[in-house]
Amino acid sequence: MLSNTGNFLLFINTFLSILIIFNSYKCLKSKNNLIFKNIYQISLLQSTLVLICFFTLIAAFIVSDFSLITVYQNSHSLKPLFYKISGTWGNHEGSLLLWVIILTIFSFLFLIFNKNHSKNYRLHTLIIQNLLILGFLIFIIFNSNPFSSISPIPKDGLGLNPILQDPALAIHPPLLYVGFVGSSIYFSAAMASMISNYSGKFFAQSIKGWVLISWTFQTLGILVGSIWAYYELGWGGFWFWDPVENASLLPWFAMTALLHSLLVLEKRNTLYFWTIILCLLTFTLSVTGTFLVRSGVLNSVHTFANDPSRGIYILIFLSLMIFASIYFLFNKYKPTNDLINSNSKETFVLINNWFMMFYLITVLLGTLYPIFTDAITNNKISVGPPFYNSVIIPVVIAFLFFMAIGPQAKWIKNRFSNLKTILLILGGAILINFAIIYFFKSYSLISNLILISSLFLIMSSILDFFKKKSRFGIPRIISHLSFGLLILFIGLNHNFSVEKDFNLRLGEVKKIDDYEFALLDLKLNQETNYKAVVGKLEVNNSNTMEKRILYPEIRIYDNPQTLTYEASIQTNFLGDHYLTMSNIDRSEYYNIKFQHKPLMIWIWISVLLLSFGGFLSLFKNAKNN
Amino acid sequence: MQKIIRYSIVLLFIFILLVFYNSLNRETNYSTDHLIGNKLANVNLKGFNDKKVYTSEDLRENNYTLINFWASWCAPCRVEHPHLMQLSKEKNLKILGVNFKDKKINALKFLNDLGNPYYYLTTDSNGKQSVTFGIYGIPESILINSELIVIKKFIGPLNEQDLNDIKETIKSL
Repeated sequence: MLSNTGNFLLFINTFLSILIIFNSYKCLKSKNNLIFKNIYQISLLQSTLVLICFFTLIAAFIVSDFSLITVYQNSHSLKPLFYKISGTWGNHEGSLLLWVIILTIFSFLFLIFNKNHSKNYRLHTLIIQNLLILGFLIFIIFNSNPFSSISPIPKDGLGLNPILQDPALAIHPPLLYVGFVGSSIYFSAAMASMISNYSGKFFAQSIKGWVLISWTFQTLGILVGSIWAYYELGWGGFWFWDPVENASLLPWFAMTALLHSLLVLEKRNTLYFWTIILCLLTFTLSVTGTFLVRSGVLNSVHTFANDPSRGIYILIFLSLMIFASIYFLFNKYKPTNDLINSNSKETFVLINNWFMMFYLITVLLGTLYPIFTDAITNNKISVGPPFYNSVIIPVVIAFLFFMAIGPQAKWIKNRFSNLKTILLILGGAILINFAIIYFFKSYSLISNLILISSLFLIMSSILDFFKKKSRFGIPRIISHLSFGLLILFIGLNHNFSVEKDFNLRLGEVKKIDDYEFALLDLKLNQETNYKAVVGKLEVNNSNTMEKRILYPEIRIYDNPQTLTYEASIQTNFLGDHYLTMSNIDRSEYYNIKFQHKPLMIWIWISVLLLSFGGFLSLFKNAKNN
Repeated sequence: MQKIIRYSIVLLFIFILLVFYNSLNRETNYSTDHLIGNKLANVNLKGFNDKKVYTSEDLRENNYTLINFWASWCAPCRVEHPHLMQLSKEKNLKILGVNFKDKKINALKFLNDLGNPYYYLTTDSNGKQSVTFGIYGIPESILINSELIVIKKFIGPLNEQDLNDIKETIKSL
C-alpha cells in the first residue's frame, strides 16, 4: 500500500515539475507583467506532495513495512523509534528524497519571497530549478526508488549500521542537505540571471538570504558531523581530512567566498561575473561531492551499497550542469573594467576570496589527486593530514590577520588611521601568547604564530564590537570573532592534549606519568538492540589531585552483527577526558586509550557561534528587505 | 587568446569528467590477492638493531619465512602476538618482523613485554618498503617458501585458524 502511494506521489511530482516548466515558459511569452497565479498554486502543491511523499516513507519505516526494499535493508523491527525515523534518510534512496524536498521547497520559497524582482529572472530561476528537480525525480524513479517493493515480504529487516545509530548523525544529513542542496537555488538563479540579463545589485539582493541559509546550515552540518566522529569513531579526533569530510568542506569554501563577494556586488556593483562563477561552483562542487561519495569512488561510512549505474547517472547530470554553466558563461561573459582601489574594503573582500580559493584548490587537489593517479597510472596513493596541515596552516596565519584588518577598511578608498590600535592589539596578542608559554609549556614556532594571529583577530573583533558604529556589523563581528576563537582553541587543544595507550586487566592499577589508572569493574548490560560490556575505570591525576570515574563500553549489536567501541567522555569547560576500551581476543587484558583534550567544548561552541553569526545576518537581511 | 583559454577550460572539465567515469568502473576495494603465487622481488629491509640490510638472499636460506608487519601502536598486533610466539618455535619456519612506522623505544618495550618471536627484525620507519609488499594496513603477514613465492597472505591479526593453517603448510616439507 505504502509502496503504491509513494510511487504514485513520485509520478505526480514529476508531472507537476513538467507542468511548472511548461507554464513558466508560457508566462515568459505572455505580455503580462505578473507571474500566473497557477504557477504559485502548482508550486505549493508540488512542495506539499513531496513532503507527503517523504512522510509516507517515514511511515513505512515507523511501521516496519518490510515490503519496501529500502526499509528491509536499513531498518529492523526492534530498533528504537527515533532511529527508525532517522533511518529514513540514513540510506541512499531515502536521502535522495530529502534532496528533492529541499530542491522543491527552496524553489517555492524563492518564488514567493522575491516578488519585487523581475518576472523574467524569477521565471527562469523556477524553470532551471525544476529541471534540477526533474533530473533528481527521474533518478529516484528509475534508479534509486525508495518505494521499490520486495516479494515475498521478509519477516524482519537487516538493520541500520550501528555506528549510524546516533542522535548527532540523525540530524547531520538534513542540516548538511539544507546547506549544499540549498545552494541549488542560487545555481539556478545565477543561470537565470545570465539568461535574463538581470545582474548587479538586484541579483545580489535576491540571492543573499539563500546564500546565508545554506552557509549557516552547511556550517552546522559539518559541526554535527565532526561531533559524531569525535564521539563515535573512538579516535579522539574531530577532523581527519577524510575525502568525504573534504567533500562537505569544498562547497563551504565556495559559499564563504560567495558570501563576501556578494557584499561587493551589492555595495559597489562590481565582480558580477566572479559572483556568478562562485554561485555555479558551489552547487557543482556539491554534486561532485555527491558523485564521489555515492558512486563508491571514495569508500567511507557514507558509501551506501555500491552501484556503478548510480554513479553514471550522477556523472551525466554533473556533466550537463557543468557544460550548461560553461556555455552560458562564455556566451554572456563581458570583460568589465572593475576599477578597484588597492587600499579599500573591496580589495580586502577580494583577498578573502583568494584565500578561500586557495583552500578550495588545496583541498580539491588533495581529494582528487588519489583518484586521478589511480585512474591514470594505476597507482594507489593517499593524501593525508600532513599534506593539508603543512599547506593550509601557515596560510591560515596570514588569513587571520587580513580577517582582522579587512572589516575596518572603508569602501572605495581606505586610509589606515588606526595603525596605532592595530599595533597595540598585536602587542597584546604576542604578550598573551608568551604568557601561555610561561605558565604552561612551550610549543612550535608555527603554533606560536597561529595563536598570536588568532588572538589578534579575537581582540580586534572584540574592540570592534564596542565601537559606536559597529551596530550594523554585529553578525559579521560574531562570525569573525568565533572563527578566531575556533582557531585559537584548536591550536591550544592540539598543543596541550595528553594521550596514553596501554593494556589493563580487571583489578590492575597502572601508573603513567601524572596519571594512575585502575580497572575497577566490568559489567554486562542488556539493552534493547545491543549488549554492552561496560568498564569502570578510575583515573587519578596526582598533579591536580583530580579523581574521575569513566565508563567506556564495548557494544555488541545483533542486527547487523557488529562490535563498536563507545568512548566514555567527561566534558567540562576546561577540557574533555576521553577513554576507549577495546577487548583483546583470548586475553584478560583490555587495551585502553586515554586522552585529555583541553578546551574541547569551546571548539564546538566556536563553530556554533560562527553559524549563529550567519543566522543573525540572515535575520538582518530579512528585516532590511 | 580568449579562445584558447575557453578551449582549455572545456578540455579540463572533459578530462576531469572522463577520469571520474573511468574511476567508476574500477575495483575500489584494494585487493592484494593476486600476489599469491607470485615471487617476491627486491627484498631490501633495514635491520632494527644493526645496520645490516636484509635481502632476498637471506630469506632463501629458510624453508619457509613468515613476514609479519607490526607496530607497537597497533592494538590487533598485540592480539596476534601470542600466536607469533607459538610459531617461533616451529623448526621449518623463520619469522621476519617488519616494524612499521613505529618509534624504536616503543617497539622495544612492546617486545620486552610480550616476547620476541622474530628471527630477523627489520624496520620500515616511513612505511615505504611495506608498500612494495602490497601492505595496506597492519597487522599483515605473508608466508613465503625458499623460492620466495608467496604461499599465503593474512590480512589482519592471525587467529587460531591461521595458526593451524601455517603449521599445516610448513609440515608438508
